[in-house]
Formats: sequence, structure tokens, C-alpha cells
Amino acid sequence: MSEAKLVTVTINGVESQVPAGELLIKAAQDEGTYIPRFCWHQRMSPVGMCRMCLVEIETPRGPMMVTACTSPVSDGMVVDTESEEVKKAQEAILEFLLANHPLDCPVCDKGGECPLQDQALAYGPGESRFVEIKRSFEKPIPISELVLLDRERCILCALCTRFSEEISGDPLIEFQHRGNTTEVNTFPDLPFSSYFSGNTVQICPVGALTAKPYRFRARPWDLQKVESSSLQDTAHPRIEIHASQNEILRYTGVDNDATNHGWLSDKARFGYEYLRSDQRLTSPLVRRGGELVEVSWTEAIDTAANRLDLIKSEDGGEALAVIGGAQGTNEDAYAISKFARVALGSNNVDARLDDALASHFLSASVDRATIADIDDADTIVVWAPDLKEEHPTLYLRVRRAAQELGATLVVIHPRATGLDDRASHKLTYRPGGGYELLDELANGDHPEVSQAFAAEKVVALVGIASHADGPQLAESVAALVRRKAVHAKLMPLNSRANTYGALDMGLAPDLLPGRVGLDTIGCANLAASWGDIPAVIGRDTRQILQGLDSGEVRGLVLVGADPINDLPEPSIAVDALDAAEYVIAIDLFLNDSNRNADVILPASGFSEKEGTVTNVEGRVQKVNQIRPAPGQARTDWAILDDIATRMGVSLGLASAEGITKEIATVSPAYEDLTWDSLEWDHRDGIVVPIHGAQAINHIPVALQGSKAPTAKLTLHVARVMYDNGVRLQHSPSLHKLGPGAVAHLNPGDAPSIGARDGHTIKVVTTRGEGEFTCVLDEGTPTGVVYVPFNQQGASSLGSDPVVRVTTS
Amino acid sequence: MVDHPSDSHTIARYESTRGYTQGKRALGLTRDELIEEIKMSGLLGRGGAAFPAGLKWSLLAPARPSYLVVNADESEPGTFKDRQLLERDPHQMIEGIIITSIANEVHHAFVYIRGEYSKPARRVQAAVDEAYAKGYLGKGIFGSDYVLEVTVHLGGGAYICGEETAMINSLEGKRGEPRLKPPYFPAAKGLYMMPTIVSNVETVSNLPHILAMGAGEFSGLTGNADTGTFMTSLSGHVNRPGNYELAHGITWRELIYDVGGGIPDGKGLKAWIPGGASAPWFVPEEHLDLEITKDATAAAGSMLGSGAVIVMDEDTCMVKAAERVIRFFAHESCGQCTPCREGTTWLEMILRRIEEGQGRAVDLDLLVDVSDGISIGLVWPPKMTTICPLGPSAVSPIIALRDYFRDEVDSHVSNGGCPYKTQTRETSEKTSEVDRPSDKDLMPSSERGSGGRPPEVAE
Repeated sequence: MSEAKLVTVTINGVESQVPAGELLIKAAQDEGTYIPRFCWHQRMSPVGMCRMCLVEIETPRGPMMVTACTSPVSDGMVVDTESEEVKKAQEAILEFLLANHPLDCPVCDKGGECPLQDQALAYGPGESRFVEIKRSFEKPIPISELVLLDRERCILCALCTRFSEEISGDPLIEFQHRGNTTEVNTFPDLPFSSYFSGNTVQICPVGALTAKPYRFRARPWDLQKVESSSLQDTAHPRIEIHASQNEILRYTGVDNDATNHGWLSDKARFGYEYLRSDQRLTSPLVRRGGELVEVSWTEAIDTAANRLDLIKSEDGGEALAVIGGAQGTNEDAYAISKFARVALGSNNVDARLDDALASHFLSASVDRATIADIDDADTIVVWAPDLKEEHPTLYLRVRRAAQELGATLVVIHPRATGLDDRASHKLTYRPGGGYELLDELANGDHPEVSQAFAAEKVVALVGIASHADGPQLAESVAALVRRKAVHAKLMPLNSRANTYGALDMGLAPDLLPGRVGLDTIGCANLAASWGDIPAVIGRDTRQILQGLDSGEVRGLVLVGADPINDLPEPSIAVDALDAAEYVIAIDLFLNDSNRNADVILPASGFSEKEGTVTNVEGRVQKVNQIRPAPGQARTDWAILDDIATRMGVSLGLASAEGITKEIATVSPAYEDLTWDSLEWDHRDGIVVPIHGAQAINHIPVALQGSKAPTAKLTLHVARVMYDNGVRLQHSPSLHKLGPGAVAHLNPGDAPSIGARDGHTIKVVTTRGEGEFTCVLDEGTPTGVVYVPFNQQGASSLGSDPVVRVTTS
Repeated sequence: MVDHPSDSHTIARYESTRGYTQGKRALGLTRDELIEEIKMSGLLGRGGAAFPAGLKWSLLAPARPSYLVVNADESEPGTFKDRQLLERDPHQMIEGIIITSIANEVHHAFVYIRGEYSKPARRVQAAVDEAYAKGYLGKGIFGSDYVLEVTVHLGGGAYICGEETAMINSLEGKRGEPRLKPPYFPAAKGLYMMPTIVSNVETVSNLPHILAMGAGEFSGLTGNADTGTFMTSLSGHVNRPGNYELAHGITWRELIYDVGGGIPDGKGLKAWIPGGASAPWFVPEEHLDLEITKDATAAAGSMLGSGAVIVMDEDTCMVKAAERVIRFFAHESCGQCTPCREGTTWLEMILRRIEEGQGRAVDLDLLVDVSDGISIGLVWPPKMTTICPLGPSAVSPIIALRDYFRDEVDSHVSNGGCPYKTQTRETSEKTSEVDRPSDKDLMPSSERGSGGRPPEVAE
């Protein structure tokens, strides 16, 4: 942190040094003096509306009352926050606020954690002299599928309206009318359908905004709380898990500078319902005569281990494979990695589901950008999936940098993205035409972008914007950025939350824990601890599935993975799983991929186990347990350790914390990490260094790649926030928010196809076809058909961009 | 009374009286020369705050482009002087705009006209069109290379948009809500966050005359510190209500009894509001022989404000009058600051209760206490514990009740209602019988509405 200039202020007679220009309310708080407030929030611009933070400052003309939230500190400022005048003002404000506020605290969700309640007690007059009739509104009214609004309770602090406008960029909730009839509301026919709506519920200082999934389910003082990090967002935003009687009732965002500033996407905030689903797997299942039968753990482990042992003895470890591990903890991932290498004797292991960037690029690029680097950047390049859909925390951070911090934002994507309104430059290209655009950029055909690259601090967020271009494009983009801006920092993006942790633990066919390659000295070091490690680079997810189809791979262990729904080309997974000789699945639910497995083992999920996780910037944080796993479910590592033991191989995994210690001994990047330090000294986590890894320094710029197809229409398939993934399927509040089977077309393309908004159209590719509801949308360029990936009722179309659209 | 020429709003008539000569002359003067001239003239802003006009110009931040917004959102109850200036002499204002713009390097000026002023707006637009046609506005005014565009904008009918930063928000298409000061002083961060001069119509209209007669002669029009002439809108219980242009320094007695012709039917004078509805009230026992100057009025605890004088005779119910004024402020509060939003409506409810016979002995103290919560310390000028002065101004009638008409409030309580009700003038005030409109009856957003005045809230 740069050294800010300090000034001297005297608050209630105590002198202190505070950063120049800081708002008095914040400076006082940091110095231990709490000035009451309702409308001020440290992550938003001040509005000075509630007037609760009035304090007295000395001026040459005598004491003057000012709002502490709008007054920057200045040298020599003398402040009194407790004078008689101040006290009188505070009492007056609270009496005014309570005049029209219903006293329904006993049935209000906010009761017990309500700033209005707390401050009325601490600073209020104790009784009201208001004998007139209170303002009344219909209460509560739903303003979205997730949020209800009670305008009677609202104290008009503008936190929700400011959040929507300043932070999330969805100004769907606004003040209406004026004066004493002012109300917060949505606009007619425009619901508060923001991906970030839950934040307004959390910051509402009264019970005016409540969330459907939590309403009336608990009293705050009954809640058990533990801090953790969300695994429904690649940035791992810090959360607090609130539970009562072993049932999770809500997540709240925890404010921290490192990742999320306290904000959460609605997916990360409300995505806990699946954990309490009655569809959770609770006992081990083994297939007998075609039917799945509940068996004891002993029997299930025995069955699985025997078969794996048999295949291994017949065809060696190459005939066995593991897919998954990107949704759990690092400890689980480490166990999978060790299990595959040591117990199965195979490098056929991959946490990426054929939709990711290369393992070495994701895990070992030098000059990896941190999330905080986004704040400092002069230029931010986003050639990646729509951050608003897939990386919501990064979306908010980039949005803020472009809007508040003056960064030049370059967005490159096949269609409209959530950041376009804040982008200085937006380039759109046809799916499959990424290399052509890259070539143009290399030649300097877009001078405004070249100029942006010339800035001093450049951060590039690169990912797979369109599967039509293949994952190598992102590496070439990174290389080009590096060539244009030598000191650019890179953030390679991947969609599953703990992919980075999984890769750091060696869940890739060419990586070992500690980002160690198979042919390196690091490998030899690891072998000293693990024993023999297969020398041949294994199969990645696609190759594993192809091997299953051809019979070269006979046995598959799926750990929390559903390739049929997650792969860009599901047909490969369908064929492979049909052909597979033996499948063992460790999971929370039955899904399309494990439904026909031979052994299904119930796993514990998020909040049911402790461990560490690693986010998109390499930040390791601790996740914590607050409830027991249902039934007989167990952690992935414990299950795998048991199977290995039954196979006659000891993995030596005895506890999650023990695994963390083992990771520290085998992975130099993780050597300083202990639970103790993550729990006490570094609650916001530690960014692990790249050192010790095979740093990827030089990436060749490949300008030769696919060409945009010459077809009249090209297909763009992309993930959206709410998909049909198994966790969302079992989270009823969120599942219904997905767009469903829709295909977007530019209105200009509609007449030639005969498509009309809301009507059914048929979309045909070389890999699949299906019927979709047509959405005419200016955000989709002409010549492009945009279909959200993995939606309920939608057929898979594969990633080939050649597409034909007809009216049904 | 002078007969006003019927074509005074045309450019031909204006030019026949040496109009636009000073605008043209200003092109040859430097910013410093113009600022100095206006400072010397002692011209005070005529919108209400009486801020020295020349000083305002000199405080304009150096960033460019700069803007000028002429405040023609004349909505202070009792004020109708700008209306006459807009309707009858729009070119005088336009010439003032030209002078202000040249002095402040402004190339785009806006005239923000009160939403209800449709005729004045038509007249101003027509005059602006004439000035464009003559080459006095637009690209290269008076044959120079100076560009000056003028945009006439009609407001949406909100009193608060007369507050300069709310006006700027409204011009930008946002909710008409005052901005925080600091940091949004128009001279530093005004329209589109650029340095902006906001001036009242009358202030701007004075400028051609100051340049024509010279600062010395202008300031010599009166024999005291308040220089030049001022316009006053005299209304209420006087025999000759209307707009008067007067020299500062006459007394209230002269204004009400000589200029205004006294009280109808020979009744006694009970009180008057000296400077628009925001100003603390005056009573004859204490204030009748005070001079009408900024300083004398301030020393007596009030202000000349917008120049509107509302006279109330001896049969006026002070509770009812206070209720009516406060109802206005409650209705026009933007709703940002808690004390103003909640407090003004609370005051209105209490006063109506007293007026309707539900008053309690404690209510006057409650009124004063609630007012104290809105305007901490109840001093004038107020301590400004809200974003803008609307809230603190709204309590002026309560101070009058407390200081001069306590017995009148008491008699309302002891009589179980208004003792004046049976006597006079109930015909024009029927609002107390109107039910409070429901939510649905209110316009969706009066600030953004189609320009009509929203239905008044009454209970």
C-alpha cells in the first residue's frame, strides 16, 4: 500500500493521525469512534441523506454541524461527536425515522440485527411523540423472484438504489415520487432481476428488502455462524455461513479488500439450498443385477477396490482414469491426485472438463494478475467469457475500475457483455473468427486498442470467449498482450471454482502437486515421498472419454463431475459412459453421468468439511464446516484413502489438516500455508507464489488458427449464471431463474429466417439440433445465433459454429 | 403605474431602446474588466441568497467548458417578478446572458424555466430565436468568432429545482434533488461536472443596465449599501398588489401603505412575509419602520429572499397561514434528508390537527421541538443541517407562532378549533376538505412528470 499523507484530527479530545482526504466517518471509525449512520457505506459514494452522522466541527465562526459522511478530514480538524447539540440532532433524526417506521420488529427478519433498532437503542430518544397516522403501503411486494420489498419499513437511505446503479450496473430499483411520499420501487414491468440483488437485502439497514429463501426462517440470535469462501464463484468471495440446527439458512458476504468487497452474486449468495436437498446421496450404492442397492461402506469400498485392482493387474494403470475434483477442496484434490498416481498408477487424471485452458497456462503463467491488480490497472483487457455471467466478482471489480478508478477497458467478445457500457473499446467478432481478429490486433489494425496496450499497467483477463476458437486462442491472446505490453499481468480464467486449486494439486495429466511437471526434479522429489510415479503423460478428459469408448480405458472414477452436462461436446461423454466397463462415482447427487455407474459413493459437500481452496488469482483461503454431512456421506479424501487401502496401497491420509501439512511439504508454493495462519493471521487468504513451479515465461503467438466459418449464421454457445448444473437443479430458488431453451438472434436476421420473438425455432449444427424459443436481441450481432449453454429442456448443439436455423 | 408597451418582448422594440449595444460592447472587454465592473456595481443575486454577482463570477473554477444556467424556475410562493421579466422583456435577459457568458467564457447557456410558465417560456424561446436570426446568438455573435448557444428548458414543476444544484440535476435528466455541497459547488463542479454560473433572471437582466450606466451610477441608485433597484412582488391583503421596481432603502411601512395602498377595508396589519415563503415573518409592532435592505432585514432575523412580500391582515388565522406555508414545503421536499422529509409533513399534520380542533396544549412545544430537529438551534440564517435550505426554511412560520402568536394557537386549542373559521375567506381555501390522495392518485414521479403541477397533498 502506498503511504498516504497523514493529517492530525482531534476527535472528542483525542488527537490522531489519519489519511488526508478520508471521510470523517471512516477516519473516526478506524480510530475507534463510531459515528452512527444509515446511508453511508464504505464501498459507495456518500449521499448525506439520513443525516444521522451529524457531528460538530470547530470553525473560525464557532462550532458547525456537518455530516461526517460527506466531510473529508483536514489537518487540525477538531471534531465533537458527543456534544449536546449532536445528541439532540441524533435523537431528532431517530424520532423522524421512527415516526413512520412500523414497529413490527417481532415479525421482521431484520429484528435482532437491525441498525435502526440498534441505533434507536443507543442514540434514540426512547419514545415517540408522533401521534398522527403512519404512512402506509401495500406490504410486502415481490420485486423479483428472490427479493420482496416492504416500503413501510424503508427509511430511504439509498443503499439499494446506489448499489444497483454504482456497483452492479443494473439500475432497476429507484426512488419514485418525492418528499414524504418518496418510495423505493422498481419500474413497471421491469423486475429487479439483477444477478446481484441479494446484496441489497444484506445492506438494507431495516427489513425493507428481504430475500425469499431466508424470510421467516430464523431469528438472527439463533444463528450459528462460520466464515468460509464461496465455491460458486472463481474468485472465492468471502462469506459467512449462517445455520440453525444443522441447516444452512443463508450466506452473507464478508467485506474484504482482497476479493469481493462484501458483494456476492445471487448464485453465490443463495446457492446453498442443494445442500439440504432430500435428493442428496446418503448411503453407498452398488449395482446388483442392474439395480442400485444400498450397501455398507465396507462392502462398497471392497467392491470398488477389487474391480480397480483387477483392471490394474490386467492392463496396468493406463486402463484406469479419474475425472473431477475442481469443485472440492485442495485436500480432496490432493487425495485424488495421489490416489490416481500411487494407488491406480495412472496419470489419467483431469479436473478440467474439456472446456478449459491448458493446464500449464492456467496454473503456472508468470506475472499472474491478482484481483487487486485490477484496481491499479491503466488498461484492462477482457477477452474472455462474459464476466457478469461466469465471473461475477471479477465483473464487479473490473466494472469499478473502469467506472470509478479511471482504467481504460477493452472488451473483446462475440456479442454484448455486461461490461460493454463501461468499456472504452469494444470489439466484436464472429465465433470462430478469433484468430483473424488477433491477427488484426497484431498488425495494429485497431489503433485505439494498440494505444490502450501502450499504458504502463496492463491487466489482461483471458479465457475462452467462444468454444468455436478452441482453448489455444486464449494463450495466443495472452502472448500478444505480453508482446504489446511487456509488463502486462495476466489472469487466465476458468469456470469451475476450484480448478486452480485442483491444478496446483496435480489434477492434470501432465502436472503433479506443486505445479511440477512429470519429467522434472520436482517429480523426483515427490517420488521420494509418494513412491513411484508413472512417467508417461496421461490422458486429459477428452482422451479419457475417447479411451473409454475404444476400450483402452476400462475403469473410471468420477469425483463430483458430470461430463455429459458439462462438456462442450456432450456426445463424446454419452458414448464414453455407455461404453465404459466400470464406473465408480463419488458425488452428492445422482446425475446424468453417474446414473449408470457401478458403485456410487455419497460425498460430503461444501460447509460439511474443512479445507483450503485456491482462487483465480492463486489466493488460498480456508473453507469451514458448519453442519455434518447427511447420512453416511464422507469426504472425498477419506473415501479414496479407504479404496486405496483396500487395494493394498497406503496413501497415509488421516485428516484434512494432515493433508494440508503434507501439501506444504511436497509443494514449495504451499510451504508456508497452515490452517492456523489462514484462520488467524490471514483470514482473507494468501496468494501462493509461482516460484517452485515450471514458470511459463514464453508463449509463442500463434496467429494461425481456425478461420471464421463462411456460413451465413454462426453459433455462439456460452454459459450464463444460472444453468442446469446439478447444484442449481437442487436449489429451487435459483433453478427457475435460468433462461431455459432460448436462442438469441439479431432482429435484422429474423425476417430472412422467418423467426419471431417468442416463437419456436429449430437450430441445427453438425453435432446436434433442437428447438428453442427465439429471443430477438440487439446484443447479438447479425450473423450470430447465441444459445446459453446447459439449460433446462435445451438440446446440446456442440461447439461447431456452423449452424442452420429454421422455423419449426 | 406605467402602461407597458405591448411589443416590449420583441427584438425590434428592445433594439429601439439601445438594446444589445452592451452585449456587443462586452465582446471588447476582458473577463477581468467585466468582473471588476460588476463587483463595483455591488449587484447582489436576486434569487434569494443575495450573493454578490461579481464575486460569484470571480470564483468560477478554471476548467472549461463552463456553463451558464439562468434560474427562471420562479416558484417561491408569492414571487412573480421573473415571470414579468421573462414575458415582457426577454431580450434584456438574453443580453444579460451574453454579458455573463462573455465574462465567464461560456459558450452554452441554459434558461431553466418553471414548468408552469408556459407563456413566459414561449416568449423566451421566441426571443432566443429572434436573437439567433439576428446573429446575436449562435456561431459568431455580433460578427465575432464567439460562439454562444442558448437552450431554453422547461422544468417539470418542482419547487426544489429552483435550488441551483437540483436544477443542474434536473437539466442533466436526473431526479431534481440538491447535490451535496461540498463537493458539488456549481462554480467548481456544476452542470456535467464542469464550472457553472447559476444566476437568477432578475440578476442577469440588470447587467445591460450596469454596463450602460456604469457601475458607479448603478450603485448610486440607492443611498445605501444595497445598490441598484430591486423588484418586489407585493401580494396578499393590500389594495394594490403587483410587481414594483423600487430603490433599496424604503421602509416596510412605505411599501405596504404607500406603494401597496394599504390594507383593504381599512383593516389592521397582522404580519407579513418579507422575502418569499422561506423568510421568517415580520410583525408591525417590531418591523414596520425597518428599511428594506439586506442588512437591516438580516439584523431583524429574516431576509429579502426572492423579493416577495405577502401581507396578512388582522383577520388572518395564523395557524391556518402557517399550515398553508408548511404544506407547501412538505409537498415540495425532495425527500432526501430525513428531517425535511419526515419533519415538514409532521409539522403539517400537527397544524392541521390544531386547526381542526384536535389540538393539545403540548402541541406548540412539539411544533417548536420538531422544528428544532429540522433546523438545529432554530437560528436565522439556519445552521444548514440538511443538504439544502428547504427544510430549515419551512420552519419559519412556527417561529412566528412561537414568538408572536402563541395566544392564537392557545385559543385554537381551548376553542376546539379555529376561531376565525366562521368569519372570512374560507372560499379560496377548501383544501382541508379534500381527502389525502391515495398512492395511485399521485403522479408516478412529479419531478419527471409532464410538466403539470402534481396534485397537492392535503389531509
